[in-house]
Amino acid sequence: MKNEWPLWEVFIRGQHGMSHRHVGSLHAPDPETAIRNARDVYTRRNEGVSIWVVEARHIAASSPDEKGPLFEPSESKIYRHPTFFDIPDEAGQM
Amino acid sequence: MADVDKDKLVQFLLRMGDNTLILGHRVSEWCGHSPVLEEDIALANTALDLIGQTQMWLGYAAEVQDEGKSADDLAFLRDVWDFRNLLLVELPNGDFGRTLMRQFLFDAWASVMLGRLIRSSDERIAAIAAKAGKEVAYHVERSAGTVVGLGDGTEESHDRMQAALDYLWPYVGEMFESDETDAALAAAKIAPDPSSLRTDYDALVNKVLAEATLDIPAGKFGHKGGRTGRMHTEHLGHLLATMQYLPRAYPGAEW
Repeated sequence: MKNEWPLWEVFIRGQHGMSHRHVGSLHAPDPETAIRNARDVYTRRNEGVSIWVVEARHIAASSPDEKGPLFEPSESKIYRHPTFFDIPDEAGQM
Repeated sequence: MADVDKDKLVQFLLRMGDNTLILGHRVSEWCGHSPVLEEDIALANTALDLIGQTQMWLGYAAEVQDEGKSADDLAFLRDVWDFRNLLLVELPNGDFGRTLMRQFLFDAWASVMLGRLIRSSDERIAAIAAKAGKEVAYHVERSAGTVVGLGDGTEESHDRMQAALDYLWPYVGEMFESDETDAALAAAKIAPDPSSLRTDYDALVNKVLAEATLDIPAGKFGHKGGRTGRMHTEHLGHLLATMQYLPRAYPGAEW
């Protein structure tokens, strides 16, 4: 539809979260309104302390068709998981 | 409680609480009907904030009144002539543009008023103003943003916002009317004299409306009578019929 507002993806950092997480999307005519809409749609239950919005067209995404070549090679490389190491307590949040 | 005639303090609290109650109900009428989902949720949030503020204002009014009534009794069991809200907030929603213009004109007043009330000599009023002030700071940011977006938008949205402003502006003056109740509260430093809010209000409203490319009507005529209870518009009775139906048809109902 020609008059449709652009789509924005919304990322919220929660009360105890270390990073912003994708929570959903919404429509808005400009970035300021997108942030206000995100506040009203996605933080009604005290979920957030910070909001990021990005217009969906600016996100480059991998294709589902490339799933095999992209992700399967790492399945057999369990030595890449850090589960073989003891992390000292003083290292804190990783 | 501050040092002022009890009836006058109740009158002031009813004026504050009836504004938020009636506007909150009006805004809630958009629930499920807004032009887009995002606005629908945002308006419902605003309505809920206003109803929450009503609980504080009318709850305190009922306490000061000391007649064994609750905030609910005051909201649902009074009739038109007992209400003390501004005429502005009881006007029908009209189109979305008029609703948002009314919201902005009220939010701008509420933000200035609450900014003064946080320094009230009455601790309860100061506490209510502090809590409500944060909500209203967001409301006015949002409604101002929408007024600018629509005013400085397409030809049609601009014309609708100008028509909304032309229709609503004659109801703005009532916010700054003063009577002996206001004088008594101002003397006791409980609340500012309403007329003293006009400079800050005009500064905010002029700035936003200029950005929205909208012209404030030149006429000086003003509708009033709501906050004194002298007269309301024909619309308030219809609103109350809807809002008060359930507690009147089923007295004492709980769920």
